[in-house]
Amino acid sequence: MSKKPSAPAETGVAPAATPSLPSPHAQAPANAALTAEQKIELYRKMVRIRRFEERCLPVYNAGKIGGFLHLYIGQEAVAVGACSLMGKDDHVITAYRDHGHAIAVGMDTKPLMAELYGKVTGCSKGKGGSMHYFAPDLNYWGGHGIVGGQIPLGTGLAYGVKYQGKKGAAMAFMGDGAVNQGAVHEAYNLAALWDLPVLFVIENNRYSMGTSQERSSAGELGKRAEAYDMKWYVCGGHDIYEVRATLDEALRCAREQHKPAVVEIDTYRYRGHSVADPDKTYRDRKEIEDYRNTKDPLQIFQNQLVFEKVLTDTLIAEIDTAARAEADRAVEFAEASPFPTAEDIQKDVYWETDQPQRTSEGRIFFNSID
Amino acid sequence: MATLTYREAIRAALSEEIERDPNVVILGEEVAQFNGAYKVTEGMLEKYGPKRIVDTPISEAGFIGMGIGASMLGIRPVMELMFWSFFSVAYDQIVNNAANVRYMSGGQIACPIVIRGPANGGTNVGATHSHTPENILAHHPGLKVVVPSNAADAKALMKTAIRDNDPVMFLENTLLYGIPGEVPEGDITLPFGRAAIAREGKDLTIVAYGRCVVHSLAAAQQMKAEKGLDIEVIDLRTIRPLDVNTILKSVAKTHRVLIVEEQRPFCSVGTMLAATIQEEAFDELDAPILRVGTIDAPAIYAPPVEKQFQLPNPDRVIAGILKVMR
Repeated sequence: MSKKPSAPAETGVAPAATPSLPSPHAQAPANAALTAEQKIELYRKMVRIRRFEERCLPVYNAGKIGGFLHLYIGQEAVAVGACSLMGKDDHVITAYRDHGHAIAVGMDTKPLMAELYGKVTGCSKGKGGSMHYFAPDLNYWGGHGIVGGQIPLGTGLAYGVKYQGKKGAAMAFMGDGAVNQGAVHEAYNLAALWDLPVLFVIENNRYSMGTSQERSSAGELGKRAEAYDMKWYVCGGHDIYEVRATLDEALRCAREQHKPAVVEIDTYRYRGHSVADPDKTYRDRKEIEDYRNTKDPLQIFQNQLVFEKVLTDTLIAEIDTAARAEADRAVEFAEASPFPTAEDIQKDVYWETDQPQRTSEGRIFFNSID
Repeated sequence: MATLTYREAIRAALSEEIERDPNVVILGEEVAQFNGAYKVTEGMLEKYGPKRIVDTPISEAGFIGMGIGASMLGIRPVMELMFWSFFSVAYDQIVNNAANVRYMSGGQIACPIVIRGPANGGTNVGATHSHTPENILAHHPGLKVVVPSNAADAKALMKTAIRDNDPVMFLENTLLYGIPGEVPEGDITLPFGRAAIAREGKDLTIVAYGRCVVHSLAAAQQMKAEKGLDIEVIDLRTIRPLDVNTILKSVAKTHRVLIVEEQRPFCSVGTMLAATIQEEAFDELDAPILRVGTIDAPAIYAPPVEKQFQLPNPDRVIAGILKVMR
């Protein structure tokens, strides 16, 4: 963790060495306070995300999932680390690479898989798809498809928390491509101007679709916070302890002093932008292999927890087997579930038309019903 | 009854709702210290303080999006667009977030936000500041669209809008702000989707909304005096939901329809009305449905030309009436 970045990692060049053991962030307050059970749960969530997403692939290739499938594989420590810090008045919102955050906040994988299938048992009743997972009961506000468009919403969540006098914060996640969207800068300004408790978390996986950071963005991404007099952090996304240590500090500042911040997290995705992306034109396979071999967040945390004697080989195997079985059960659930009906198309459009009693009159809310 | 201008009526609704519900907050450019670019919120900062009346930077995508996010948590932001023309820079937030978030979440999220401001031409401010986007907004399921024509309706519909749990787009008119009207006192609301018969008649139905109701009433009065025609004028009040039944009932009586709207003809609100009327009441029609709207070009600056030729006005409505009656 550092307030200012050291030399920014050169995009396209794999890190040279495996991070050292133990993690230099193991003794940060947020991590020192963790029990063995809590550490195992963090590891389990990361494994569950990876196995869930790996299970999505054959299903997608079999044509059972439509549209896009943006996999989070490689970035798991970010969502799990961040969401593990949430209190009851903290909120999360993200972009379309949203499966990891959904599992991290505690969503059940069955309705998540069913949503990918477009089934009525899906978390959005088959109306949202991969990019649009929501769980407001868990303070998870999506799952948004337009790059950067969720950042003003996340700022609004922070505004709401502050307006209602609650001691909470919002974490608004975006990819490295989103920092070039105007709406993001408007949100930065509002947050800094009005002291809103929001963290703008950039998951920098080095590529906005197929365009590398150096081909899309001038300067350092997190540093743009300085223009708005906001604090900013850069941290590694391979070590969940580092993610937690950094965000814990920033979150405390947000909750207690209503100070926003930008947190840039260096991470990496192993799969293409979407599964349909052949992923051959803009990066080398070697780059992926190098990251996987040296910075894989699951492997690194596993090594750490074995070092701490929290994980054993038996437990590692058990967690993995259980995660694979869970993903299989999610597929079975999705397979067995029905699609929404034609009548369902026009439900959930207006709050009002979903109520037994309408207050509005007028026959046309929609062109074909009423 | 009290006599209030359209502007004062909206201010009264905003004030009463601020006092009624602690979650109501007014945000927008120049709404607080400046007292509102068009003085709709005049005096409200002094009365209700800076937590409830908030000046925003010129940053529509940012603050409209922020309001949408806050509304998901149960805040009821009433966001002023200085001109509805500026909706275009917040369009992604309005259509992808406000209109879609309920649907994409399978009905888990409500978005009780009001976005309000003037949407009209006729003030010689050129093409960028004269947009009337009610058709564009109403195109998006999830949004409700309100266009009041008079002070009483403006107050009652604004109160309904603020209490509504869906995103409501409330389109006012700078040329109506100063027009007085009788406004019933007390906590009066109007349901959306209930059109008003602004004038009863039997010879022809004019369907209009917003300031075009004023033009239509003037034209109808003149036609009565000059030709003895009894023209019925329907004021839609809301574009979505749409009160189709009131229109059809009138068509069954008059058999002739003229639509008057401050819209360019391509894909206008009137095209929706004309399509619906012919789908549902084709046999009732004795003449083609005609439209009087904005001449199909960006808003011209030249003041007399905009007023006299490009926008609907009583003379152009009369020409339309005579054409339908031919």
